[in-house]
Amino acid sequence: MIDFEFVKPLTVADAVKALAAEGAQALSGGQTLTPTMKQRLATPSVLVSLNGIAAMRGVSVSGGTVTVGAATTHATVAREATAYPALAALAGGIGDMAVRNRGTMGGSLANNDPAACYPSAVLGSGATVVTNTRSIAADDFFQGMFTTALEEGEIITAVSFPVPLKAAYVKFNQPASRFALTGVFVAKFADGVRVAVTGASNNGVFRWSEAEAALSASFSAAAIAGLVVPSDDMIADMHGTAAYRANLVKVLTGRAVTAA
Amino acid sequence: MTKVTMTVNGMSVSAQTEGRTLLSAFLREGLALTGTHIGCDTSQCGACVVHVDGQAVKSCAVFAQDVAGATVTTIEGMANADGSLGVIQAAFQEHHGLQCGFCTPGMVMSTAALLAINPKPTVEEIRHGLDGNICRCTGYHNIVKAVLAASGQDATAMAAE
Ligand SMILES: Cc1cc2nc3c(=O)[nH]c(=O)nc-3n(C[C@H](O)[C@H](O)[C@H](O)COP(=O)(O)OP(=O)(O)OC[C@H]3O[C@@H](n4cnc5c(N)ncnc54)[C@H](O)[C@@H]3O)c2cc1C
Ligand code: FES
Ligand code: FES
Repeated sequence: MIDFEFVKPLTVADAVKALAAEGAQALSGGQTLTPTMKQRLATPSVLVSLNGIAAMRGVSVSGGTVTVGAATTHATVAREATAYPALAALAGGIGDMAVRNRGTMGGSLANNDPAACYPSAVLGSGATVVTNTRSIAADDFFQGMFTTALEEGEIITAVSFPVPLKAAYVKFNQPASRFALTGVFVAKFADGVRVAVTGASNNGVFRWSEAEAALSASFSAAAIAGLVVPSDDMIADMHGTAAYRANLVKVLTGRAVTAA
Repeated sequence: MTKVTMTVNGMSVSAQTEGRTLLSAFLREGLALTGTHIGCDTSQCGACVVHVDGQAVKSCAVFAQDVAGATVTTIEGMANADGSLGVIQAAFQEHHGLQCGFCTPGMVMSTAALLAINPKPTVEEIRHGLDGNICRCTGYHNIVKAVLAASGQDATAMAAE
């Protein structure tokens, strides 16, 4: 790994300042970034740890909204997001125990891995991604695999989730990577149902609008039985063909509806 | 170089670090605590698991300067005060939870972290709790037995799978 200067500011303002330096990059749990730096796919000259910023940690509840600080670990979300059980359960199923003890929501969303779990919860809940400069609606945040609306040097500070009436995430585990081979997050709100799919499309996490319409009319696995998921832009790799993933999307959506 | 101080296995220790010095290198090269193994160095295998402030983490994916001041426990800190094997270590020995032993430091540290949260885990909870630790020798069955025994449960009744 190429050496760099390590800094650990205590406030968001100081982190933003540090990130303005040439070649600076944010570090959260390091579960993705550290291996990437070892491969020299990322070579920051200044690494700005967000792990010392107390204001970016923790889970809070207000009215019907659960807000998670971006530097909150997956393990903490699993333990403390009790007001949003589907979110807590999703966090408890990410990777393994040691990954959950370091990995953070902000790191996961900024990275936007096409097989990551959190993007489906954020998009499926219609959550709001809060940064040091603005609030971004989930529908605008994800812009294709490994691509987001974040600007250079912008830090995710928190994510606010409106708590649905019912919700569930069903992950078809890829046991070697521990990521989702495919995963579906279903959330039923008073004004309709949202369905977000991860691990399936070459364009990253997406909403399955046909299923949303069918489930908003009738919230049951039977309501989507007649739908066909096109396999055109599904991921095809050694773990599954495009057609296999398209089928998984439908099967997992049905399971998530039943589990919700 | 930046001097980093931590409490490791109950002792306050310091070593010089670069920005890129990983916790695993701080322990192995800085402090000569080579019980923490590097299997993959890509956060996949769990051989390098240690406890930072009581939580299991992969030390190959944590920078030493990020955990300056922390309380760290490694496999060297798991034996009893008189040097005899701790309960978890003894259970791994008794139940053949290791063959080559390369994964064992990580397995023991993850087991300790699991039992701290869940003192009497079921077989399924043990398998889920240890799914970040890869063993290329044992086939896991005897590891699960060892964890059952270490948690004071009957391991003899466990069916072969
Ligand atoms: C073995 C293993 C299994 C895994 N399994 C899963 C899984 O099942 N599901 C899943 O979803 N994920 C999984 N992950 C990924 C894990 O959840 C990571 O924690 C996550 O992808 C990155 O989060 P991090 O906090 O470690 O971020 P880092 O690795 O520190 O950073 C990732 C990227 O985000 C940027 N960044 C970090 N924080 C911020 C911020 N607050 N604002 C803006 N940019 C930021 C960094 O600059 C970097 O580019 C797994 C990882 C491993 C190693
Ligand atoms: S050496 Fe750290 S996880 Fe394999
Ligand atoms: S005992 Fe050899 S890798 Fe586990």
